[in-house]
Amino acid sequence: MKLTLKIWRQKDANDKGGIKTYQLDNVSEHMSFLEMMDVLNEQLIAQGEEPVAFDHDCREGICGSCSMHINGQPHGPDRAVTTCQLHMRSFNDGDTIYIEPWRAKGFPVIKDLVVDRSAFDRIQHAGGFVSVGTSGNTQDANAIPIPKADADKAFDAATCIGCGACVAACKNASAMLFVSAKVSQFALLPQGKVEAKRRVLNMVEQMDKEGFGNCTNTGACSVECPKEISLENIARMNREYLKASVTGE
Amino acid sequence: MSVLDAKIPEGPIKDKWTNHKNKINLVNPANKRLIDVIVVGTGLAGGSASASLAEMGYNVKAFCFQDSPRRAHSIAAQGGINAAKNYQNDGDSVYRLFYDTVKGGDYRSREANVYRLAEVSANIIDQCVAQGVPFAREYGGLLDNRSFGGVLVSRTFYAKGQTGQQLLLGAYSAMNRQIGKGKIKMYNRHEMLELVKVDGKARGIIARNLVTGEIERHSAHAVVIASGGYGNVFFLSTNAMGSNVTAAWRVHKKGAFFANPCYTQIHPTCIPRSGDYQSKLTLMSESLRNDGRIWVPKNMEDVEAIRKGTKKPTDLSEDERDYYLERRYPAFGNLVPRDVASRAAKERCDAGFGVNETGEAVYLDFDAAIMRYGREKATVEGEPNASDERVRELGEGVIEAKYGNLFQMYQKITDDNPYKTPMMIYPAVHYTMGGVWVDYNLMTTIPGCYAAGEANFSDHGANRLGASALMQGLADGYFVLPYTIGDYLADDIRTGAIPTDSPEFVEAENAVKERLEGFINNKGSKSVDHFHRRLGKVMWDKVGMSRNEQGLKEAIAEIQQIREEFYKDVFVPGGMYELNPELEKAARVADFLELGELFAHDALHRTESCGGHFREESAEEDGPQKGEAKRDDKNFAYVAAWEWTGDPSNAKLHKEELTFNDIELKQRSYK
Amino acid sequence: MSKSAILKSSIAKKWWMALTGLFLCLFLVGHLLGNLQLIFITGEEGKQAFNEYAYFMTHNPFIKILSYLTYFSILFHAIDGFLLTIQNKKARPVNYAYNKPERNTQLPSRYMAILGTAILVFIIMHMANFWAKMHFEEMPLHKVERTTEQEQVIDAQGTTTMYYDTSSYYLTTKGDYLSVKAFEDQEGRKASGEIRNETEFYDTRSELKVGEGYKDLHSLTLAFFGHDKENEADLPANEFAWLAVILYVLAMAVLGFHLWHGFASAFQTLGLNNEKYTPLLSGFGKAFSVLIPLGFAVIPVIIFLTK
Repeated sequence: MKLTLKIWRQKDANDKGGIKTYQLDNVSEHMSFLEMMDVLNEQLIAQGEEPVAFDHDCREGICGSCSMHINGQPHGPDRAVTTCQLHMRSFNDGDTIYIEPWRAKGFPVIKDLVVDRSAFDRIQHAGGFVSVGTSGNTQDANAIPIPKADADKAFDAATCIGCGACVAACKNASAMLFVSAKVSQFALLPQGKVEAKRRVLNMVEQMDKEGFGNCTNTGACSVECPKEISLENIARMNREYLKASVTGE
Repeated sequence: MSVLDAKIPEGPIKDKWTNHKNKINLVNPANKRLIDVIVVGTGLAGGSASASLAEMGYNVKAFCFQDSPRRAHSIAAQGGINAAKNYQNDGDSVYRLFYDTVKGGDYRSREANVYRLAEVSANIIDQCVAQGVPFAREYGGLLDNRSFGGVLVSRTFYAKGQTGQQLLLGAYSAMNRQIGKGKIKMYNRHEMLELVKVDGKARGIIARNLVTGEIERHSAHAVVIASGGYGNVFFLSTNAMGSNVTAAWRVHKKGAFFANPCYTQIHPTCIPRSGDYQSKLTLMSESLRNDGRIWVPKNMEDVEAIRKGTKKPTDLSEDERDYYLERRYPAFGNLVPRDVASRAAKERCDAGFGVNETGEAVYLDFDAAIMRYGREKATVEGEPNASDERVRELGEGVIEAKYGNLFQMYQKITDDNPYKTPMMIYPAVHYTMGGVWVDYNLMTTIPGCYAAGEANFSDHGANRLGASALMQGLADGYFVLPYTIGDYLADDIRTGAIPTDSPEFVEAENAVKERLEGFINNKGSKSVDHFHRRLGKVMWDKVGMSRNEQGLKEAIAEIQQIREEFYKDVFVPGGMYELNPELEKAARVADFLELGELFAHDALHRTESCGGHFREESAEEDGPQKGEAKRDDKNFAYVAAWEWTGDPSNAKLHKEELTFNDIELKQRSYK
Repeated sequence: MSKSAILKSSIAKKWWMALTGLFLCLFLVGHLLGNLQLIFITGEEGKQAFNEYAYFMTHNPFIKILSYLTYFSILFHAIDGFLLTIQNKKARPVNYAYNKPERNTQLPSRYMAILGTAILVFIIMHMANFWAKMHFEEMPLHKVERTTEQEQVIDAQGTTTMYYDTSSYYLTTKGDYLSVKAFEDQEGRKASGEIRNETEFYDTRSELKVGEGYKDLHSLTLAFFGHDKENEADLPANEFAWLAVILYVLAMAVLGFHLWHGFASAFQTLGLNNEKYTPLLSGFGKAFSVLIPLGFAVIPVIIFLTK
């Protein structure tokens, strides 16, 4: 396959940046998208140019590092995959592919396709936990039975990999799906109920501070989410927030 | 007497840990505030250690090279975590878990450590559930368990195929709580590049801020290395792209002994390489071997026809197939342990029977299982005379319910439909049992420098059982290190903050700068990956699944050669003071190039076969076990701990003799 | 309530959008039911029913509260929406060079602000055309043509002949009829009654209020959308009735798109999401967003075609 790549290049956070065009021949359809990027980088290095910087690590769709906006969609045209799981067979010979970083005020670009997602960490610091110490003397794990349906739903919410595709896809760069996944996981479990009110109030406050947009329920986040996190979580968070604000702590 | 003192507490094995905890020094809460601890790595071990230490009151500085602690590679663990809870009432106990782990490790682990691991395993589950980790549950609301390779009980707790993720997010949430309180200072996108020793004690690290490129000095009263394993020395492995040995190797070069580097686990069911551009390998859960049959064609003509595409695997009749595991190991069949299954696949592929273009793949076939389940289902559904097609349809439904997500993952990567055509699999490097030598307190041979999780060597011996890595990481981080570190830190309550302007820090920082500038200014002609790939190929071909003296000697020479060329000809574009992934890789590969040599050297010295280490010279010569691994307990029942002397091949060997008081040494047999 | 700023937090702002939006949906239903009288009840009866309805809507104290709530909702929905939109734009300072939102969202959801603005413009025009007239301008009053028995003449043959008089009367809110003539100066005679405050009938001699008339919104509306010159209220026919009808129908289409996303979205924002009921609700929302605007839109079309 021969490809024309239009890639966002930006030297650092202060640089203005722009799209640069690269030609790449000999791309195999069996390659993953990131392997295609490796080949491009090898080519750039061989030409003495600076390779394209991008975040990646596990390359099996679970660490949430990779974060490319490919041909107008976070993680590219396939559904329920991360960029690293996207394969070149999803493209055709002669295609032009646009590759851009996540775009959001809350995710400033560090370099090329690498963005700073520490806002997500800070939201979690605000309340993404159950306050339990590691004494080793917590009660027996089977002391509180949890209905399977609740446990499964909590798990589904907890599969969020924090990649930020939800923010990238949302026309408002809203982080509601991410935050609601964490809030939901704990809201569904008895362990999390104790601090449920504080948690949702604090996490939403931090989310707003980070400059993410507001949710307008377009649903783009859930469609593009590699782990298919459901919009139900956003509704649950809205509910939790309402409950917490109306009744107070 | 060896210089190594494992500091194993006296007394019967079941009381050792309790007694030890009762006797070791404590630091009072007010004094903990005066003590800083650096933790490098935020996976299960590092994350849980940071959180626990901070909860206890220490000031923790945690470092990870990823953009968030949540992305450490523990996140990718699929299967589950073992714990001796005996919820299934199948006779499980701390002793059984201990026994299985020691036996599974082919009797090359330290008994006391393993017993402690089994002892705290139950606490881990309690702890994680309290944190809100959503483990799988039964309809009654209680926790579900499943069975895993090499054991006779159901003790594995799991969260679908994402147990590692859920456990890591649990540890991450515990960290978040402490970060929010200011007790943990988190350094994301920071990589430790040097250990700083002051008066012989570990007192800090030199780290590079990967965003700005700045070299920073960080001091503390103790340093914990929890940076994971070094499987990426093989270039291709199931490890993450960034997984590296640098932190562990840096402490090794500063005086910490490196133990058993040659013990590597090669996992039999991974998706094969598809071409030279391949950047990493993907694991398919071991559970697939419960229903899949592994085979290659019997005849070479069929192999060639399949490679050319003129024949499909489904065209071959039963007679034309070689189910080599069932043939060689009639008792265990396709369910032999990981190391045995891997070696058998390699043996067939080396003989030329590999079924893909690269010649490195065997089939994992679900056809028999589909038809068997289909027929059962047809009977249940009241269709005893169902056609073959109908049976197949029903059977595929059953398989989908069991392995749907794995089949889907396979199809995404390979574009083959595993319901219709057999999967192709091949072994891949997965985990390294070896690591930094630690005593019972998890302290390395450098005072104040600790190692936890996969980075240390202590619990898995020569082979790790499934679902034990998560257990060990969390045991070290939540329940062992936080106690044992107090024993050492109790002496430091009056030390005060460690200054970072001492000559030791300056010197260490300069060394790091010089090293990195060396790469930048080298202006060679080849990329870092070029050398890494070459190293990986040597490691895989000669220090991989089966090893022999000649190959190992060649490997050592070749690695030295590659290393020399690397320093002469590597090209690192970009500058030092910016985000520069190539520079990061260069520093990591430089360390792999040294570790690789020590690895081969260790494999060369250990002329026995044990666990993941198979020496062709040490195989059973006759009898029913002919061709199988032969352990040599008389000469090799020790931990090989290597001391850095300036050159990997001249590393000095220290032996920690392994004594087994509570377990009898036996040959593993799967025939 | 420490952490939740009931007006400032993103979620609270969204609740207000949802609550005001849903309230306006209710308003739409009421408004449509009223409007449908324009086409479902014909003739004099229809006119009376509609004008009585209009009177009720402007005079009932409970309805007044509702209408203030409606004004507030419209304003709040618009202002809050405007603020949210500004914030949302700021959340993505640099746009994608290449974006394919149609791959992951439905069209209306992406243009709520634009649709909403168009609706706001429509509401302003609509209020200028009807509401403002009803409230602030002199409106024709509801008149009816009545034929009354004037006299009975018995001629020599004993045949009785009835003489009838057909003339205009004002209908009062009490159901009385007051002759229009009484409020008009006749040749050489001053009118005995006077209309004060637009709708109140006074007897000029006794200075007593004898009744209150209905504003004739019905005729106004028919005149606005119809082109019949012979309308009863003697209003000039609207030359641009065709344009008014087209714009009205377009506005209803815009409203439909706005509701297509807005209706179900409001429930999601309020946290009312449930595996069982959400599909039903979103189906209902879609039906609502089609039927309500359609109901509104057919009225002027029918008037245009029949009057």
